[in-house]
Amino acid sequence: MVGKVGTKSEEVTRDEPLVLGEHTFRSRLLVGTGKYKSFEETAEALEVSGTECVTVAVRRVNLDRNAGPSLLDHVDRKRYTILPNTAGCYDVESAVRTCELARELLGTRLVKLEVLGDPKTLLPDPVGTLDATRELVRQGFHVLVYCSDDPRMAVRLEELGAIAVMPAGSPIGSGQGVLNPNAIRITLELVKVPVIVDAGVGTASDVALAMELGVAGVLLNSGIALAREPLRMAAAMRDACLAGRNAFLAGRIPRRLYANASSPTEGLIARAETPRS
Amino acid sequence: MAEKTEAIVIQLNGERRELAPATTIADLVRSLGWLPEQVAVEQNGRVVRRAEHATRALATGDSIEVVTLVGGG
Repeated sequence: MVGKVGTKSEEVTRDEPLVLGEHTFRSRLLVGTGKYKSFEETAEALEVSGTECVTVAVRRVNLDRNAGPSLLDHVDRKRYTILPNTAGCYDVESAVRTCELARELLGTRLVKLEVLGDPKTLLPDPVGTLDATRELVRQGFHVLVYCSDDPRMAVRLEELGAIAVMPAGSPIGSGQGVLNPNAIRITLELVKVPVIVDAGVGTASDVALAMELGVAGVLLNSGIALAREPLRMAAAMRDACLAGRNAFLAGRIPRRLYANASSPTEGLIARAETPRS
Repeated sequence: MAEKTEAIVIQLNGERRELAPATTIADLVRSLGWLPEQVAVEQNGRVVRRAEHATRALATGDSIEVVTLVGGG
């Protein structure tokens, strides 16, 4: 939990905000709005998670029935920055068009680009992702790019003008966590733009581990939405994000093969001459 | 002038639709039950800005996409 205002806890856990383009966030958790049971549950989970940036998808309106309640009726745009994605796009053209439609809907330049390779793995297609990034940057979008956990890919995306790279911890919705922490660490050394772990987060320790690596943030959706108790999991993810961030900033101790006593090795009482029976 | 009174036939979100002559994009959005700010509209692959919906007429053969925001990750 965030410390109370003015407390020592708050003082020692002070942090810089996460800056994505024109937007500044205190929370480093980005939360998706898919797969919840209702819009009410979506809104409650977002509130509990403490997020200030939420992802949404762009889809055709249903022609068979009149418009019902809309997601945006339940997501306060004063409170949350809306990050539209191109989920479900398998080619550059549809991804770029989806961003153009999102810009028209929201009036903002921020987009999360996904150009996927195939529906079974939902892994990003690297060539399509590069081509779409180039075009979107040319059009003035602020592009956060979903990509594989390939450090060189992240470098290429940064060179093209992506404002953040979002390597997958593991496949979307798989709940496998961060499979290759070393690739994330190398990515952090190679790029200056924010690195946000996106996809694959299954539980709180996955978020904490990612944040401990030093990433700027974590984006997740299924991990909360499909938990048995989504609202409690939203709280767990919020706390894990803060815990991992603080652990990273605090600096972990090195790993050692052998023990290193925490209690003084001096001043121990004498060993008994004969064992007590 | 005869063709002015004929129905317009378009592809709307991938489905064939017949519309009254001189239907605009604003008319179409209203007929679908959506508010203008809840949707974005593409005509033949190009976004039509909301400010132009009221004056942009539909024509036979148009491919129209009407999209909104939904939950997603």
